[in-house]
Amino acid sequence: MKFTLEIWRQFEDSEEGRFETFKVDGINPDASFLEMLDQLNERLSHEKKRTIAFDSDCREGICGACSLVIDGTPHGPQQVTSCQTYMRDFIDGQTIKVEPFRANTFPVIRDLAVDRGALDRVIQAGGYISTTTGPQPEPNSMPVSPEIQERAMDAAICIGCGACVAACPNGAAMLFTGAKVTHLNILPQGQPERESRVIGMVEQMDQEGFGGCTNYGECSRVCPQEISIDVIGMLNREYRKAKMSKKPKPDRAMTTQ
Amino acid sequence: MTLLDPNIPDGPIDSKWRTWLDQHSLVGPRNRAGKNVIVIGTGLAGSSAAASLGAQGFKVKSFCFQDTPRRAHSIAAQGGINAAKDYANEGDSIHRLFYDTIKGGDFRSREANVWRLAELSANIIDQAVAQGVPFNREYGGSLATRSFGGVLVQRTFYTRGQTGQQLLLGAYSALEHQVAAGNVTVYNRHEMQDVVVIDGEARGVIVRNLITGEIERHAADAVVLASGGYTNVYYLSTNAMGSNVTATWRAHKRGAYFANPCYTQIHPTCIPQTGEYQSKLTLMSESLRNDGRIWVPRKGGDDRPPAEIPDAERYYYLEERYPAFGNLAPRDIASRAAKVVCDDGLGVGGTGRGVFLDFRDAIADQGKDAIERKYGNLFEMYHRITGDDPYETPMMIYPAPHYAMGGLWVDYELQTTIPGLFAIGEANFSDHGANRLGASALMQCLADGYFIAPHTVTNHLAKNHDPVSTSDSAFDQVENDVRGHIQELMDVGGSTSAQAFHREMGHVMLDKCGMSRTAEGLDEALTEVRRIKGEFWSDLRVDPGDEEFNQSLEYANRVSDFFELAELMIQDARRREESCGGHFREEHQTEDGEALRDDDHFAKVTAWEYGGESPVPHDEGLTYNEVKLATRSYK
Ligand SMILES: Cc1cc2nc3c(=O)[nH]c(=O)nc-3n(C[C@H](O)[C@H](O)[C@H](O)COP(=O)(O)OP(=O)(O)OC[C@H]3O[C@@H](n4cnc5c(N)ncnc54)[C@H](O)[C@@H]3O)c2cc1C
Ligand code: SF4
Ligand code: FES
Repeated sequence: MKFTLEIWRQFEDSEEGRFETFKVDGINPDASFLEMLDQLNERLSHEKKRTIAFDSDCREGICGACSLVIDGTPHGPQQVTSCQTYMRDFIDGQTIKVEPFRANTFPVIRDLAVDRGALDRVIQAGGYISTTTGPQPEPNSMPVSPEIQERAMDAAICIGCGACVAACPNGAAMLFTGAKVTHLNILPQGQPERESRVIGMVEQMDQEGFGGCTNYGECSRVCPQEISIDVIGMLNREYRKAKMSKKPKPDRAMTTQ
Repeated sequence: MTLLDPNIPDGPIDSKWRTWLDQHSLVGPRNRAGKNVIVIGTGLAGSSAAASLGAQGFKVKSFCFQDTPRRAHSIAAQGGINAAKDYANEGDSIHRLFYDTIKGGDFRSREANVWRLAELSANIIDQAVAQGVPFNREYGGSLATRSFGGVLVQRTFYTRGQTGQQLLLGAYSALEHQVAAGNVTVYNRHEMQDVVVIDGEARGVIVRNLITGEIERHAADAVVLASGGYTNVYYLSTNAMGSNVTATWRAHKRGAYFANPCYTQIHPTCIPQTGEYQSKLTLMSESLRNDGRIWVPRKGGDDRPPAEIPDAERYYYLEERYPAFGNLAPRDIASRAAKVVCDDGLGVGGTGRGVFLDFRDAIADQGKDAIERKYGNLFEMYHRITGDDPYETPMMIYPAPHYAMGGLWVDYELQTTIPGLFAIGEANFSDHGANRLGASALMQCLADGYFIAPHTVTNHLAKNHDPVSTSDSAFDQVENDVRGHIQELMDVGGSTSAQAFHREMGHVMLDKCGMSRTAEGLDEALTEVRRIKGEFWSDLRVDPGDEEFNQSLEYANRVSDFFELAELMIQDARRREESCGGHFREEHQTEDGEALRDDDHFAKVTAWEYGGESPVPHDEGLTYNEVKLATRSYK
């Protein structure tokens, strides 16, 4: 197959970017999108030109590293990760536009690679159960019904890719944060920190500059893990309840020492 | 050659670890904040170690090359994690898990370590559940288990087909908890280049900031390598693209011995390769072998659609050859059996390098829903990659490089031959002998990281160390070496990408130092690898600019180490004149083609001291008191 690629080139965040056009030919339909870019990079090396920077690691849809906007959609047309997008999903001879995930919270490092460190900081603000290594209770002394486990798992499978943020017109991270809050707040282990968790994470989202949710629903439509938009409802409910709750809120920094 | 002493505590095997714990030195809570530990890697081993050491109150710096710790390669583990909890009431026990692991490793691992691993396995599950890891549950709400290759009990815990992901996210959350508490600092997109040894002890590392290209110095009282395995030496493998040997290899060059490099695992159930462009191979979890049946047509070149081939014309080769274990035969055996039927011309698929993994009978017996609940995401993934629907037609699979049993030599305390330098997780040569059983890598990573290293590193930190500063001349020297190496890569000035050389070398390694090896083939491989390495150093092209984000430089830097490792693997495979586990030397096999060990000469670990083209082997003898050395049989 052959394609015309319009690829975003940007040396660093402070520099202005632009599209550069490349033609590729002899592409196997079963090659993944990233393998097609590998091939282009090998050619650029031969031509002694600067290769195109992009992130990837597992190349099987689980690490969340790959982060391309393909033809205007984060991760491309199939609602799978960029690395699981195959060239057979495109029409021979087509022009394809390739950009980095765009959000003001994701500064560009180079070309198609961005910095998503803000998502880690949201987790640091409460996306965990404050337990440390040591003897723990026997798990079967705290049964968890398969329904609850399944619901927790449906949320816990978020890969932290940030496509939801890149897709959202407001640059909100509600789906990502909602997924973590849902996972932990419905499990019995997560109950003691239920309120401080959601407040901490929501406040950190605001501090990082993620936008608010106005129900576009784009996030869930691009999410490769098909995280349900319901987690945002859960996040809002948990946040409201926590804000209204009269329980004293321990200072997170104190409890984590 | 010297004999290596693993420093195993005295006493009966089931109290060795307790004895060690009762006697090791401690650091008082008040003094811990003054002790610095560097942990390289944020996979299961690294995250769990850094979080645990941080929670104890030590000052921890944690490094990874990805943009966040949560993306470490452990995230991709699918099938599950073993623990001797005997929830299924089958009479499982620490002893049985211990025995299965020793036997699975073809009697080439250290008894005391494996026992400790089995002993700690149950705690790991408890720890993970406390963190909120949503393991699959039975209807009553108790934890569910299933069986995995090489064993006859159901001791594998799982979170659908994403066990590594959930365990890693648990460890990652514990790590971020400690970041919030101020005990751990994470350095993302930082790659360790070298270890700094002062007065014979590891006292720091040199890292490259991958965004700015800056070379940085970090000092510490102990360094823990949790940098994962090296199977990407084969180019195509199930490992993540970035998985590499640089951290352990550079430590090796500074004095840490490298043990059993030739022990690599080729996993039986992966999606076959389809083309040259391919950048990695995808694993289909071995848990599929619980319900899928493996077969090839009895007649070569039978190109009827698989569903139309009647049972009598199907060769269920594992079930026939290994009736007791059938499709659940250990990995090395299942892989080699697939290779043999394909070598005999019975393979399927475009390249003739594939076998069927068929769910027809399981779907008929249990219903599609039950199969979907167990394997839904794996089936989807297979469908996505190949375009074939495994509910309708059998999967096609073929073995692929997957795991490195070899790694840095460590003693009972997981300390390398450089005092103060520890290696944990897949980075060490560890507990799996010559073959690792399924679901036991996650177990080992987390046993090392949560429960062993935090104590053994403490024991080291309790010794009085002179303070060390990054302006010490040793840091100058190591930093110079690192800069020199990068400059050499930049200066080659050729026109071929590192990926192209990597691919060529990987091909040689898979062909001649992969599932099956011969003396002649290994000799050829050494010559070829050296030739390709020469070409690499004369025609490599990396993008200009070493003091900036430069992925082609990162890649070339890693490949340069893979070349050197490949040479050592070949030499190790050449020296081990026997077949055991994943190391199959064609000269050493039984009449029916099974591995033939030579316990008289090779019941030992080979730990290599760096020596350029002429490395020096050292031995650690393996003694077996709890188990009898036996021919491994799964028939
Ligand atoms: C597809 C797949 C499925 C698997 N499924 C299972 C399973 O079901 N059960 C099971 O038990 N095992 C399984 N395994 C094996 C298991 O996943 C691995 O052995 C294990 O996760 C390795 O963990 P680790 O912590 O040692 O290293 P990794 O998870 O590989 O992490 C390595 C870390 O080191 C960092 N690093 C490496 N080099 C450097 C450097 N130079 N500088 C800084 N940082 C560095 C990386 O950034 C990363 O954070 C599977 C493996 C694969 C490939
Ligand atoms: S919610 Fe979905 S899109 Fe957002 S980070 Fe998680 S997996 Fe990615
Ligand atoms: S590279 Fe890991 S999800 Fe795409």
